[in-house]
Formats: sequence, C-alpha cells, structure tokens
Amino acid sequence: MALRGDWMYENNGGTCVAIAGIDYCVVAADTRLSVGYNILTRDHSKICSLADKVVLASSGFQGDIRALHKNLAARHLLYQHQHNKQMSCPAMGQLLSNTLYYKRFFPYYAFNVLGGLDNEGKGCVFTYDAVGSYERVGYSAQGSGSSLIMPVLDNQLKSPSPLLLPARDAVTPLSETEAVDLVKDVFASATERDIYTGDKLEIVVINASGIKREYLELRKD
Amino acid sequence: MFRNQYDTDVTTWSPAGRLFQVEYAMEAVKQGSAAVGLRSKTHAVLGAVNKAASDLASHQRKLFRADQHVGVAIAGLTADGRVLSRFLRNECINHSFVYESPLPVSRLVVQLADKAQVCTQRSWKRPFGVGLLVAGLDETGAHLYYNCPSGNYFEYQAFAIGSRSQAAKTFLERRFQEYDTYSREDLIKDALFAIKETLQGEKLTAQLCTVAIVGEGEAFHIIDQQTIQEYIDAMELSTGGPDEEAAAAAPPSAETQEGGEGASSEPAPMDI
Repeated sequence: MALRGDWMYENNGGTCVAIAGIDYCVVAADTRLSVGYNILTRDHSKICSLADKVVLASSGFQGDIRALHKNLAARHLLYQHQHNKQMSCPAMGQLLSNTLYYKRFFPYYAFNVLGGLDNEGKGCVFTYDAVGSYERVGYSAQGSGSSLIMPVLDNQLKSPSPLLLPARDAVTPLSETEAVDLVKDVFASATERDIYTGDKLEIVVINASGIKREYLELRKD
Repeated sequence: MFRNQYDTDVTTWSPAGRLFQVEYAMEAVKQGSAAVGLRSKTHAVLGAVNKAASDLASHQRKLFRADQHVGVAIAGLTADGRVLSRFLRNECINHSFVYESPLPVSRLVVQLADKAQVCTQRSWKRPFGVGLLVAGLDETGAHLYYNCPSGNYFEYQAFAIGSRSQAAKTFLERRFQEYDTYSREDLIKDALFAIKETLQGEKLTAQLCTVAIVGEGEAFHIIDQQTIQEYIDAMELSTGGPDEEAAAAAPPSAETQEGGEGASSEPAPMDI
C-alpha cells in the first residue's frame, strides 16, 4: 500500500516503553505487527537483547529495525573480541546514536528506546529519534502509542527537569514490581485507543541478576 | 639453512624451485613457543605453552576465539597472529551477518590460506611469520587445521607446532588413532600431556599452559586455570601417565561462554 512508487518505508506500528529504576530497568513493547489496517502477526518481538545489561526496543519499519538490531549485534561481538568484555549501556547508547546518524540521508525508520544498567548498576534509559538524537532519561515511550503513554508516565513518574542544578537523578524510586505494574497499566490503556497496539505485551526486566522476560495478554481488537 | 643469492625477495624463485623467504617464514614458526591441537568426532582441543620474555613480563596470548564455534592457537610472530585473528573474527562476523549461520571451518581456513598466499606473491609484502592451528566445530563435526605462512593448509587429527613440537608430535602419533572416540576429558588430558612433552623436563603447571576447547554444545572458550590444575594433578596421580583414567579429580569444567577468556586470575596479558 505504498503512497508512491519509490516510497521505501512502511510503518509496522507498535509501541515501546522503558522505565529506569534504582537498580533495575524495565523495557516493554507490544507484539503486534501491522500494515495499514491489517494485522500481519500478533506475535512479533520488537525487543532485542544486545548485551548482558543492554536491551533495545524499537518500533517503526520492521525491515529497518531488523537490520539495525543485526548491525548492533555484530558491532557488539566485535567489541567483545577487542575489549574482552560486554558493552555497557552508555557505550551502546552512543553506538546506536552514531549508527543512526550514519544513515542521516536515508534513515533507519526506527524509533528506539534503549534500556539497561549503567556502569554503577543504576537503571539507564536512552530515547532516540530516527536519526540518532538521543538523551538519557528516566523513562520514555516511542512508537504509535507513545503520545497516549508519555503523558501518563510524566504524571506518574514525575521526572525532574534536566535543566535543574544540581543535576537530579532521573530514575524512579518505584520498586521493580510497581514499575512493571505501571507498564502493564499504560499498555492496557494505549491498547484501548491505538489500533496498532495490542495482542500481547512483552516485558523485559534487567537487574543485577540478569534479564527476565514476561508476557501479558492485551486486547486483540 | 644458509644465505644465498635467491633469498632476498619473496618473489624470487631459486633454481631448485623454492621460495626461500617463505621457507624462512616457516622457520619463524618453528622458533615460537609450542602449540598443540587434537580432535575427536565431537570436540577439538587447543593447547599452548605460555612463554614469557622474562620474569618481569606477562606471557603473550596464543589462543584466540574467532567465533562461538572456532578458535585458533598461534606459534611464531605473535603480532602477525593477532592481526590474522582479527581477520578471522571479521570473516566469521561477516558470514554470520549475511547468512545467519556459523562460517564452516573449512571455508574459514581457505580464506585464511588465500590471505597468506597473497603475501607470497607481492614484492612489497612479506609472508606472515605465524602458523595457526584452527580448531572448530561445524555441521560436519569437529575439525583441526594447520595454516602455514606459505598459504598451505592441512587437516589433522592431532598436530603440534613451534619449538620442541617434535616431542609432542611423537606422542600424538602414538595415540591419534583412537582420538575419534575419545571423550572430552581424555582429549584435554592428552593435550596437556602433549604440552608436557614439549617442556622436556620442566614441571607442568596450569600457569605454564593455556588450554581451550570447542565441541558439541560447548562454545569455544579457554578453560580456567583451576580446572586445568585439577586435570594436571589427576594425571600425575595416575602412575601410568595418561593411559589410566584417574577419575578422581577431573570434573568437566563449567561451560562458561562469552568474554571470560582466561581473564579470571591472571594479570591480563596483552589482549587484542
């Protein structure tokens, strides 16, 4: 259903969310893949585990997203060979930004949210636009349901302004279970009104003991 | 071998049809400290002697992982070895990226051999001064190859390269017929024994050697020092050498994956 003969992209929809906590990070995305008004599959993961402590969730054009994830995974392997350790979340954050900007004039149609633990073990979320502009934040939502979810997160997580001095911690004081519950609630709400969000929610939690995955059924209409 | 008028350039043939520079490069391999490799149908083991330049220095890395399913042991100019390991890693990553499957070992060694051959036919280059024992696992089973500076490569059941490797080769020649059916533990023990042969009298300790293994259900990784010491102790306990299975203290090492490349207790050697 391309608009022009030379339109290279397609929006496969979907929403991604990440919340950083004191010693954990929650990254979640729905699993619906759509084109136009059709659903192609109800069971497609948008989340990629890049490293021990780094998880990437992307929504947008799945072709570009798959290529982007592959690219980053290969770069990570190279990094491990050279440095004999896994990449940290801030390092991967910068790498993702550079990778996106590299294609500034034919961008990856991918809206990314990178989550993980930083070098001190604190939760770490980076949010991106399609060409690599990024910022470390306490929480973020990207994708078709982001405009429905972000205001709720802003209200619930009350992140301090990044302009304040001295710099305040953006991570939420909520516990891991509270954060996961919040994620479930916001997705349930987004599913109600966003046609591209639904089917199933994949929640990934990263903490000191590793990466844990959980699924929640969402409305299928 | 002595100097002669045909050995200045790698692009000069001798009247006897030899390329002396290539042969001198193979000499460099013989000067390096020993490395051994052996394989069964399902596993391949690489071992190397850790020779430090002096007591003040750390030893050089001789075992490199190229991918989950392939690793190499080098002997000779370690700098050349590092560069080639980087090449191998890149080739493996590129293949996995395009084909979403591990690069078959036989293809990898051909690419490596072709790269070595180029250096034997360019007047502005020199041959690589390093021999590589490539051990890997693919769909056709476990494999062990030896890549020469000349650009030749051969498949082996077991092999040893570097200084005093002849002693290890003699030992391996006596035993290689049964290797196909050897268990993983026996392979490791034989590798350690082969390394011991190259030490010629010096006591074998886990500090002196590095052993890596790859096999079915086991990604390529360097076995940690403690486990190696346990194998060594078990070998010394059994009176008949490696022929008796001293089941006492030879536990299979925990299958550690990824970055733990022997970095646990040692002062880190020069990692690539």
